[in-house]
Amino acid sequence: MNPKDLATTAVNTWCPGCGNFSILNAMRMVLAQLDDEGYPIENVVLVSGIGCHAKIVDYMNVNSFYSIHGRTLPVATALKLANPDLKVICFSGDGDSLAEGLDHLIFAAKRNIDVTLILHDNRVYGLTTGQYTPTSPQGFKGKSTPEGAVEHPMNPLELMLVSGASYIARGYSHGIEQLQKLFKRAILHKGFSFVDVLQVCVSYNNLYESYNKWTYTVEGNDATSFEEAQKIIRSWNYDSSEAAIPLGKFYEIDAPRFDQAFAQHAQHAPNLWERDSKIKELLENFI
Amino acid sequence: MENFSTLIGGIAGDGINEAGITVSRLYSHLGYHIYMYYDYPSLIRGGHNFSLVRASRQEIAAHTDRIDILIALNQETVEKHKSRLKEKSFVIYDADKVKLDDAKHKGCGLTITSILKEAEAPSVMKNSCIIGGYCKVVGIEWSVLEEILKKHIPKKLELNLQVARQGYDQAEGFCRIDRPVDKQDQKPHPLITGNQAVSLGLIKAGLGAYVAYPMTPSSSVLDFMAGNAGHFGLKVVHPENEIAVMLMAQGFAYAGVKAAVGTSGGGFCLMTEGLSLAGMAEMPIVVVMSQRTGPSTGIPTYTAQGDLHFILNAGQGEFPRFIVAPGDAEEAYYWSGVALNLAWKFQVPSFILVDKTISESLYSFNIDLAGELKDQAAQAPLLWNGQQEYKRYHYTDTGVSPLAFPPQKGQVIKANSYVHDESGITTEDARIAREVSNKFCQKGQSLAQDLEAYETVKVFGDKNSKTALICWGSNKGVCLELALKLGLRMIQVLAISPFPEKKLKSALQEVERLFCVECNSTGQLARLAGFYGIQTHGRILKYDGRPFSLEDLESELESYPESELERALA
Repeated sequence: MNPKDLATTAVNTWCPGCGNFSILNAMRMVLAQLDDEGYPIENVVLVSGIGCHAKIVDYMNVNSFYSIHGRTLPVATALKLANPDLKVICFSGDGDSLAEGLDHLIFAAKRNIDVTLILHDNRVYGLTTGQYTPTSPQGFKGKSTPEGAVEHPMNPLELMLVSGASYIARGYSHGIEQLQKLFKRAILHKGFSFVDVLQVCVSYNNLYESYNKWTYTVEGNDATSFEEAQKIIRSWNYDSSEAAIPLGKFYEIDAPRFDQAFAQHAQHAPNLWERDSKIKELLENFI
Repeated sequence: MENFSTLIGGIAGDGINEAGITVSRLYSHLGYHIYMYYDYPSLIRGGHNFSLVRASRQEIAAHTDRIDILIALNQETVEKHKSRLKEKSFVIYDADKVKLDDAKHKGCGLTITSILKEAEAPSVMKNSCIIGGYCKVVGIEWSVLEEILKKHIPKKLELNLQVARQGYDQAEGFCRIDRPVDKQDQKPHPLITGNQAVSLGLIKAGLGAYVAYPMTPSSSVLDFMAGNAGHFGLKVVHPENEIAVMLMAQGFAYAGVKAAVGTSGGGFCLMTEGLSLAGMAEMPIVVVMSQRTGPSTGIPTYTAQGDLHFILNAGQGEFPRFIVAPGDAEEAYYWSGVALNLAWKFQVPSFILVDKTISESLYSFNIDLAGELKDQAAQAPLLWNGQQEYKRYHYTDTGVSPLAFPPQKGQVIKANSYVHDESGITTEDARIAREVSNKFCQKGQSLAQDLEAYETVKVFGDKNSKTALICWGSNKGVCLELALKLGLRMIQVLAISPFPEKKLKSALQEVERLFCVECNSTGQLARLAGFYGIQTHGRILKYDGRPFSLEDLESELESYPESELERALA
């Protein structure tokens, strides 16, 4: 399959130079590849929240559920429970998943549900024109924090690690080849996979220069080690712009999944006629 | 005997609900119709709980304040409920613990605590013991109780039977009622709560998934679904909050699995965001909404009908919805199935609007009276025929677009919370925005048309009476019984949305005095009917968390000031 076949007629409204283009192109390439490798495209369902990131589903000719702000994961979880054959991929923003929908993110990791979440982490609210987000550094001067944000940012990867996510990685919108690699592995991973993408917002938080200087790819790390993953993840806390920022796959383990527990039920779903007699049978216990 | 009311009371943890169910089963086995109201505070142990069991030769769905027998497991029960006793009523009580003033004439004191102690039986078995005595007093044969205990008591049956028999034997010699219980020829019906009826109705119509966060008084739907998931291939999920609940239901719907959610007012507040999404994305979902006393936390374990307008208007923007308010177990069963079918036929949110009274009261359930769902084929969802390119929001004459579920080779299925074109791509185009709204209106009209074939308004009692009661939901039982007694017309509105204006107006022909009966402080149905030019002349409202008893409603009606009524009519 040619990745170009996954385009739609929708007019792209992202700003020129937006980091979302890399995510879009990397994902198209990965899905086309996977289709060639026996993971048919019709089995993929994309779920997005609300924000600049979310427009991605309009730009991909793939099944999608364009959901609401912060709510990708409940939709995605149910999709996976409804049909375990589906490959479910969420696109979410830092405001989307870390502010509005943080409860769902923690629970998705806790359940280790077999879905993937790509976090378009531009560390600013773009569509609402420039307010601080949960990953903006302290002192960030946004429209809602003109004197600078008081809070320190949260480290979403650290949160995911302790919450039970079984695949954790970070990419950068300037490294499309790495993004492809990380996305593909995340989608093929069985369990909750979380990819933080440092996705630059050229209009409200242009960090290209800083990221180009400070990012590096970790190599030779033992991704099955919780301690090692924690150490790498904690080496950059989103606050400082003068520190090395690790990229790559930090953690990947096999762990029991929420969706496994439901597989058996589906086999016993009775038809309407059987339901009738089963109900009458059940009612005997109530006499 | 025609009608017989028994109240059993004690503290939470005494198993008062279960004891009430056992008393209900006794009468049910003898062929009586049962209605049991269960009253309990929001705590786990202590406090005062009571079950009020009414047995009747007629079909009933209302309780009476006055009782024939009081079963008191503690002193508080006597103090709280002695005013309910009639001249010939009497009290069965634990003589080791409870003191009764007029014990000689009114009492049947059994040494429950001593019997249990001697038998080395745990305290919860006092129910079996006292119900043993109860059977003797009201003239129910030992074999009936024995059969019921054998069927329904899973643990320590022998010991239960032993203490029950001792209670039964000890009651010999105490006063008995004048006309003992006689056997009816009716076969016993199952005894189920409204929530169980709702659950079974959904399951029957093909429910595939149930998603809920526990909230009284809806929680027992979740418990029932989870407990029976294996039998019916149900996927039951209890997620982090009601926001997730509502979104998960739509993930299931998108994938083609029929899903329902359940909650009460506070939980539903969290669902409204997702409800509006269901409206825009045209996701079929069913909401079991069981009202309790509000606003906010209110009185969690008590009833109300305060959320009609909330449900009617919940969610930003305009989109069609189906709302039905069943009035008893049979209607809860039948209409829950209808709600699921209509949600899928028209791709709209469907509400089953009940309250604590329906959800947790126990009813004799006659499945044959409930009615069969219409031909499932005619009610089946409209599916994509596989011919032309698939468009999720394809325009049709009915406003209903064919459904398809992934995977569909060569096709793309796009659901969207934004205004979207036929293929589900976001747009801000003015023409399409208007078309989308028109599509929703069209769906609403198609739904209303479909409902013409249903009995969305019911008329009972004296259909020629110029005085009528109008009610919805749980007040059906009390209104119906009183209308029959007083020779009034009684009108029950089942469908709240789309509003059955024509049917209601025809049911109201020649009515001169119309009283609405509701468990809220403003007359919510009366206000809704007012939008359609239907005027009520009197509002009989109860908003203390307790359902109307027969006596409540009768005295309210009798004491309704004539002058006020005349002023209303003028």
